[in-house]
Amino acid sequence: MPALDFSFYTWANISTYLLSGLYFSVSLTIAATIGGIALGTVIALMRLSGIKPLEYAALWYVNLLRSIPLVMVILWFFLLMPSAFYNLFPGDIGQKYRAEICALITFIIFEAAFFSEIVRAGIQSLPRGQTFAGQALGMTYAQNMRYIVLPQAMRNMLPVFLTQTIVLFQDTSLVYAIGAYDILKGFEIMGNTFGRRVETYIMAAVVYFIISFALSMLVKRLNEKIRILR
Amino acid sequence: MTYWQDIWDRWQFLWDDRGDGVTYWQWMFSAWGYTVAVAAVSLVVALAIGCLVGTLRTVSQHRVVSALATGWVELFRNIPVLVQLFLWFFVISEIVPGMRGVPSFVLACCALGFFTSARIAEQVRAGIQALPRGQRQAALAMGFTQLQAYRYVILPQTFRIIIPPLTSEAMNIVKNSSVAFAVSIPELISFAMQTQEETSRGIEVYLAATVLYIITALAISWFMSILEKRARVPGLSSQGQGAH
Repeated sequence: MPALDFSFYTWANISTYLLSGLYFSVSLTIAATIGGIALGTVIALMRLSGIKPLEYAALWYVNLLRSIPLVMVILWFFLLMPSAFYNLFPGDIGQKYRAEICALITFIIFEAAFFSEIVRAGIQSLPRGQTFAGQALGMTYAQNMRYIVLPQAMRNMLPVFLTQTIVLFQDTSLVYAIGAYDILKGFEIMGNTFGRRVETYIMAAVVYFIISFALSMLVKRLNEKIRILR
Repeated sequence: MTYWQDIWDRWQFLWDDRGDGVTYWQWMFSAWGYTVAVAAVSLVVALAIGCLVGTLRTVSQHRVVSALATGWVELFRNIPVLVQLFLWFFVISEIVPGMRGVPSFVLACCALGFFTSARIAEQVRAGIQALPRGQRQAALAMGFTQLQAYRYVILPQTFRIIIPPLTSEAMNIVKNSSVAFAVSIPELISFAMQTQEETSRGIEVYLAATVLYIITALAISWFMSILEKRARVPGLSSQGQGAH
């Protein structure tokens, strides 16, 4: 068994190889969470709208994306994204960060399927009386959703959103398939450069573990707080 | 007419020889076989470990045992499956004596199985805790030992309750098996990526792989719904209804 040597983790090396990757992983997670919740809410509302074509469109969207692997979806988007799309970005940003931009779009669209199921469950868990009361007060559908239903549903769903965000953070490692520069890629390049794959993959696991574990502790505390409030 | 001819022509590459006597068509089905095999073996590993660990987490008399089981779940749940796969291939097989010659198929199944075992352990624990306490108390009052209570009273009911979440775990494991492309297991994603590079028929290849994934998912949900009906205890109707 070769001796482990972690001495190459100097500040200079960490900032060269890892920080930009970590920055991408974290910002991809945050952007996909926000984008996914926004798009997912729209899809959940379509699903509950009572208008058949919208309902079926939402149903297909969710079922299709949930039955194929995320890696497959990433590959599809990378293949089909027209290069004209990347040219919309100023300068050579679009061409330089093709994989990263594509990953962002893919994750928003993919995670929306999962978030929409959470939002749908949240809306359906509210007593019907809430909607009826809103209607009785003369609120339009939009007002009802905006002021009565969604605020309550979102509050109930907050812990589940966060749990999904942890899953999402771990899933960002799959951008490996198209070679986007995330934290895992950073560790991989570092390991190859210094010939120390063992130490870099151990550290990659440690970093992912610390972030995911800290987030899951946060969810636990949040759950306890919400339980007291009720 | 030419339109359909054109579509037909676009799929002709499936019958091309890759150069080693194997057509893409044959390779595709062997890749599908790898996907199913990796998923199936991993699922067996995950079920065995997951049931054990999940059960141990509910044994409250032994603090150390349940703490170890909790540690197991937290460890394997908080590291991405792709990173766990790399750990098995580049760390464990390097630094653990005797692991060097282990075939990559076995390593991939270990990685996927251990990862999923944490999730199944959580389902088993939740299932056990969902049972009324009276079940355990009644078993102990009848003079069953702790082991017998689990074996004859608690676990048989738990397994029936958790068939629906296990169904989604089985479907997840097929989807998660796709990460094995990163360590060159010749499964569907590897097939799709390599064939796309060799033939430039990206859309056709991805479509084929996607359809095979969907067929696999449908087959699992069909099989599990039959299993659920078979396992149902007559008279305990509430268990069956909760599934859908």
